[in-house]
Amino acid sequence: MSERETLLDGAAQDAHTAAEGSGDAAVEPGGMTAGSGDAARESGDATAESGDATADRGATAPDLDWSNPLRDPRDRRLPRIAGPSGLVIFGVTGDLSRKKLMPAVYDLANRGLLPPGFSLLGFARREWEDQDFAQVVHDSVREHARTEFREEVWQQLAEGMRFIPGDFDDDTAFKQLRADIDELDASRGTSGNYAFYLSVPPKFFPKVVQQLKKHGLADAPEGSWRRAVIEKPFGHDLASARELNAIVHEVFDPDQVFRIDHYLGKETVQNILALRFANQMYEPVWNRSYVDHVQITMAEDIGIGGRAGYYDGIGSARDVIQNHLLQLMALTAMEEPAAFDAESLLTEKLKVLKAVRLPENLGEHTVRGQYAASWQGGEKVRGYLQEDGIDPRSTTDTYAAVKLEVDNRRWAGVPFYLRTGKRLGRRVTEIAVVFQRAPHSPFDSTATEELGANAIVIRVQPDEGMTVRFGSKVPGTSMEIRDVTMDFAYGESFTESSPEAYERLILDVLLGDANLFPRHQEVEESWKILDPIEGYWDKHGKPAPYASGSWGPEEAHEMLARDGRSWRRP
Amino acid sequence: MKIDLTDTTASKINKALVQGRRAIGTPAVGMVLTMVIVTDEENAYDSIKAAEEASREHPSRTLVVIRRVARTPRDRTRSRLDAEVRVGSDAGTGETVVLRTYGEVSDHADSVVLPLLLPDAPVVVWWPVDAPNIPAKDSLGALAQRRITDMYAVEAPLVALQARVSSYAPGDTDLAWTRLTPWRSMLAAALDQARKKVVSAAVESEAENPSAELLARWLEARLEVPVERIVTAGPVVTAVRLGTESGEIVIDRPDGPLATLSLPGQPSRTLALKVRSTSELIAEELRRLDADEMYAVALRGDGTEENPRHA
Repeated sequence: MSERETLLDGAAQDAHTAAEGSGDAAVEPGGMTAGSGDAARESGDATAESGDATADRGATAPDLDWSNPLRDPRDRRLPRIAGPSGLVIFGVTGDLSRKKLMPAVYDLANRGLLPPGFSLLGFARREWEDQDFAQVVHDSVREHARTEFREEVWQQLAEGMRFIPGDFDDDTAFKQLRADIDELDASRGTSGNYAFYLSVPPKFFPKVVQQLKKHGLADAPEGSWRRAVIEKPFGHDLASARELNAIVHEVFDPDQVFRIDHYLGKETVQNILALRFANQMYEPVWNRSYVDHVQITMAEDIGIGGRAGYYDGIGSARDVIQNHLLQLMALTAMEEPAAFDAESLLTEKLKVLKAVRLPENLGEHTVRGQYAASWQGGEKVRGYLQEDGIDPRSTTDTYAAVKLEVDNRRWAGVPFYLRTGKRLGRRVTEIAVVFQRAPHSPFDSTATEELGANAIVIRVQPDEGMTVRFGSKVPGTSMEIRDVTMDFAYGESFTESSPEAYERLILDVLLGDANLFPRHQEVEESWKILDPIEGYWDKHGKPAPYASGSWGPEEAHEMLARDGRSWRRP
Repeated sequence: MKIDLTDTTASKINKALVQGRRAIGTPAVGMVLTMVIVTDEENAYDSIKAAEEASREHPSRTLVVIRRVARTPRDRTRSRLDAEVRVGSDAGTGETVVLRTYGEVSDHADSVVLPLLLPDAPVVVWWPVDAPNIPAKDSLGALAQRRITDMYAVEAPLVALQARVSSYAPGDTDLAWTRLTPWRSMLAAALDQARKKVVSAAVESEAENPSAELLARWLEARLEVPVERIVTAGPVVTAVRLGTESGEIVIDRPDGPLATLSLPGQPSRTLALKVRSTSELIAEELRRLDADEMYAVALRGDGTEENPRHA
């Protein structure tokens, strides 16, 4: 998350500078109208221009019964290749785009998962030619791609790269985008299928989607698709999330909007579903009769770095709990979906999120904190309030812990403890399902003194895998039982094949597979859970300071101690 | 680390494996399959190397069975088993046992291999050269879920191909087929894009290329059109042409890894079609361990197995 967000922030700054000085377009309606008139004419031209291409495609295209005789469900060697399509990235000069998106596109191409005519279009305010753009992509691929660099793959990809310089207000740029898309349809056979990746801060979403609409880019020609891909934050509370959804849905069909939560693209997260629903041995104990409580942790060891502007006022709960942790919780707690498709998954996740009940005393069962100056991992680090650009009286939380309950038959009475924070002991994300102790032990208490509760821990990152903790006899003549762990590590069994989260998600967008993307209902439901907590925090007290490099404020430990439990040290 | 055992037995080898693991301090975890490589001394080095590279994706116990031929009649009658146990950094990400058999035990290699298989995990047998006539009936082949042969490594590939057709059993597969996956996936993608009925087809390749023949048979079975085989100078498969009413779909790879794709009514574009290394082929083979039905269809090439979607 942190990493991603640092990246997005780069994009933010970039886009921000891009927007400056171009605000006048908005206050000149006359100019705008003239512009859109142009656009209409231009699009007319474009249609005329692409007339031959359409005629050419006309003979073949809208035959929906057509099935490819070379494909067969039994032929499992043939990979899932995205159909003819292209990807347009807004804010392409940002860090996220350079460090994650472009390398992911290359890795997909290198694995042979992109269609032959795949095209990549970049949009940003830079005076670049297509070649300059290709050079930037080349460099970022060289530096960040996970698969080896192969000249032939690069050539195949580079032929379909286009760069559109311009602001989001700039009609000419969008006209050029439209012309480029039409040209690529004709020259590379992308068949009108485009995904628009909005790698820009949310305040630019309205502008970009309106421009896409105005220039007819959001309307898919018959038999093709247009999709929008957006990144978090999806608003900062329920009202703003609804507003944002309304803006995007006005232009794109809700089914064609893909919200990226890159955690859901991780192998381990997908494996939660496999673990729970493909196996017989976990599901019988996955309920209130056996589970004592669940802890979901996402800890970072870094501070906010240079992102004061983004972070201050948002805080860790909005930043992490609302999306990542509630999604992980939904996947852990949900019932078996009727099928492994987007709709069934949404149904089950929504059921869980709607069943979430907040504790009555928010003061006792939620904690927020702020990191203070201290030594972390052999390094002296500043406190949050001393970071550059942070108001010394800021009450933004850099640590948040909440207790939630799920009111349904399976989970009634089982608390879910969610915590996240910056400058904690180490970087780790995990889900720990902690079981009740054995109801009766034939061993005397000295024998089981060192025995803890059984647990299943799903490590999301780093060192993806799963650990089962249980008691075992210590070798020797006396009966002594101690915790041991049994470990499954992804790194061991399926080392190289697991693709990066963004690779998987981009491929899914191109394939139109929405399984791993949260829908707007989930986003809104998550805000309904978080809004009362944030409201309470606004009115009561201030964040508890905690030493950087520790596992959070004393209050958080007290919060669990009150329930007779303690946090796991991840 | 390496442990050499001379004139040994399977149980001593098992003991050495445990000993080796203890010595380097790692338990046997995460190995997903047992790979048995049956080869001769000449091909052993390359095959082990490929298997070790593939083990990065599929951690496995590799058992290499090498049959030694003694020079003197006296040695020939004497039966002996030597083993070299490698664990840790000497064996990729798994464990490797190189078994050398002399004399009579060579005919009973399965009795050595059986006790060394990982419990419950799938078994794969790979013959880099000299595959038996009927892999599924071979004593080692019978232990495996998956039997990998290679028609590139025989004197007369097309004769071998015919033999594979008659001896096919579910679980058989051949690297000549594996080599085709990038071609096949690009052809399928090209057809996705063209969305046209194919009325004629041609495969161009060097002479006696088993992959080209499999590709032609696969196209015949799937497209239900006769496929012309055109001999070129090579290397390997150089082009595939699919004729449609409005023009030809062509993937042309005269040499090198860069191919050209032409679709009717569209300018041609380049495609990356690399010739992959043996370890990559093996890694692909190990990704799925159930029977490859498409290979069976391609081997027979007559399309007798009807595809409901296509029909």
